[in-house]
Amino acid sequence: MNYQMESIKPKEVAHMKVKEKNKMLKIETDKKRLKKRLFLNQLFKNLFSLSVIFALVVLGILFYRIIADSIGWLNIKFITGNLSIFPEKAGIYGVIIGSVWLMSIVVPVTMILGVSTAIYLEEYAHKGNIQMFIKVNISNLASVPSVIFGLLGLAVFSRLFNLGSSILAGGLTMSLLVLPIVVVSSQEAIKAVPSYLREASYAMGADKWTTVRRVVLPVALPGILTGAILSLSRAIGETAPLVVLGIPALLLRVPSSVMDNFTALPIQIYYWTLDTVLTAEYANLAAATIVVLLLILFIMNSVAIVIRNKFEVKF
Amino acid sequence: MSDREIDVREIIQNNIRNKKDIVNKIMPVFFFVMASVSVLTTVGIIVTLVVDAYKFFSAVGISEIFSTRLAPLRADPSFGILPLINGTIIITAIAMLVAIPLGLTAALYLSQFASQRVRKTVKPILEVLAGIPTIVYGFFAYTFVTPLLMSLIPALESKNALSPGIVMGIMIIPLVASLSEDAMNAVPEILKEGSLALGSTKLEVAFKVVIPSAISGIIASFVLAISRAIGETMIVTIASGSSKAFTFDITKSMQTMTSYIVEFTSGDAGSGTTGYYSLYAVGLILLLFTLVMNLIAQYISRKYREEY
Repeated sequence: MNYQMESIKPKEVAHMKVKEKNKMLKIETDKKRLKKRLFLNQLFKNLFSLSVIFALVVLGILFYRIIADSIGWLNIKFITGNLSIFPEKAGIYGVIIGSVWLMSIVVPVTMILGVSTAIYLEEYAHKGNIQMFIKVNISNLASVPSVIFGLLGLAVFSRLFNLGSSILAGGLTMSLLVLPIVVVSSQEAIKAVPSYLREASYAMGADKWTTVRRVVLPVALPGILTGAILSLSRAIGETAPLVVLGIPALLLRVPSSVMDNFTALPIQIYYWTLDTVLTAEYANLAAATIVVLLLILFIMNSVAIVIRNKFEVKF
Repeated sequence: MSDREIDVREIIQNNIRNKKDIVNKIMPVFFFVMASVSVLTTVGIIVTLVVDAYKFFSAVGISEIFSTRLAPLRADPSFGILPLINGTIIITAIAMLVAIPLGLTAALYLSQFASQRVRKTVKPILEVLAGIPTIVYGFFAYTFVTPLLMSLIPALESKNALSPGIVMGIMIIPLVASLSEDAMNAVPEILKEGSLALGSTKLEVAFKVVIPSAISGIIASFVLAISRAIGETMIVTIASGSSKAFTFDITKSMQTMTSYIVEFTSGDAGSGTTGYYSLYAVGLILLLFTLVMNLIAQYISRKYREEY
């Protein structure tokens, strides 16, 4: 210690003092910088939260506007009445029935095609080129614009099979459109079935088909149903393919078979919105129809959530 | 006697086994046939588009695409597709100017700053925004956003490119937000915590660690958003109208490829006319646009994925 003390010369002391001073200064600037950094952190946090708030506010305005426009127009008479060119007399009974008919095609077709495809991909297909090809194909199909499916339906179902703009043509077109959603969600559900259940089934002497039918499908059913309902809610709100098929604007007859012409909820919203230029009240009719459509979607999604929470088996 | 009995039992056993064998042989074939329907759909789309687009191009010549005059129903029809491509690109660009900054910052907020409770309540509500049918957004754009914008910009026409662009952008916010948030959440916690432990603020972690690590997923989400905007139909059909003029003025009506298809089919598209085949030519170009975008997205997320 002594030795060190002695060895410090006055010049070095001065140097050390400067160093000390610099260090203090540095702490000062560091404090300032820290403050600035913390300030920026807080500022950007608030800015970022604004974008979330913006999206939520828009959603709120959207719901508010639609409900405000529909008040006074949405009543029992509107839901049970028939279409009319006079806004006061118009009702959407036939339109709702059209959507129900459409779903009566979409549900069985997508369930059979979608679940079978998923079973094939997950249970039967050998890992290889064919399986890969079908998977890539489905993921690409999911991103094809819906209006292109409309063109496919127009060329194949309407013109080639001569189905015109019937419920069958619309339903088949819509089924192909939502097929990828059903396939992917069913695949997820089947994948989630643990392999020891399958192995136990084989150990009991069951063959492949029995295992799939008695073990895999029942366990995967809640997941499959959830996906099916979600795909259905896509189909019920989709407009473009149906417009391309040439669904008529004003149809006064309620459809009674799959070969009949029909109109569906989104189509009616489309035509009424376009015609607000002619009759301002059509905006109110469109809003009231939107409320009905959104209510249907809300109920379907709630059912899907209930099924998922209540019946899904966790492993 | 006893020999016969055994025979009968064997026959029954054999029959059961045969039946089971048949089912076990038929079911894979059945499932394969069902699975091939999705492939058939793709083939169907490509064949119908290419065949009818070929008829169109052999009728009017391929140079017609680059004409800026689109008048399919005139006595001297002209089928320049350039106005449609122009309209599609401009409206998509407006949508992206809304969706990308808002979606990305929403994702940053939700994944880096928000508390668990906020995230759990906000995310399902954003999903609602994504689940609303596009026709509802079309109605909203035409009856609310357009009048609102007209009071701000007097020169705005009642059908214009600006309003559907903005509304489409809002519709796509949840897509960008949830895909980029997935990419951000895939960045290992170790990296974020290491950076925080060294004294970084959350903002610095976000910009210097999370975004660089998740950049491939984030850009892929942008590209998918563009693809979604190009294929979007109902909002533009309702709120942007059907003007076929070649213009860059966003206060004026413009037509996109999708709304041309919708307008023309719901009008009078007689089968076998050049106008009818032009639908498929436009459809083919539209499909190529979205396909290229999806391939780019897949390529980016595969090529630049950081492995941990």
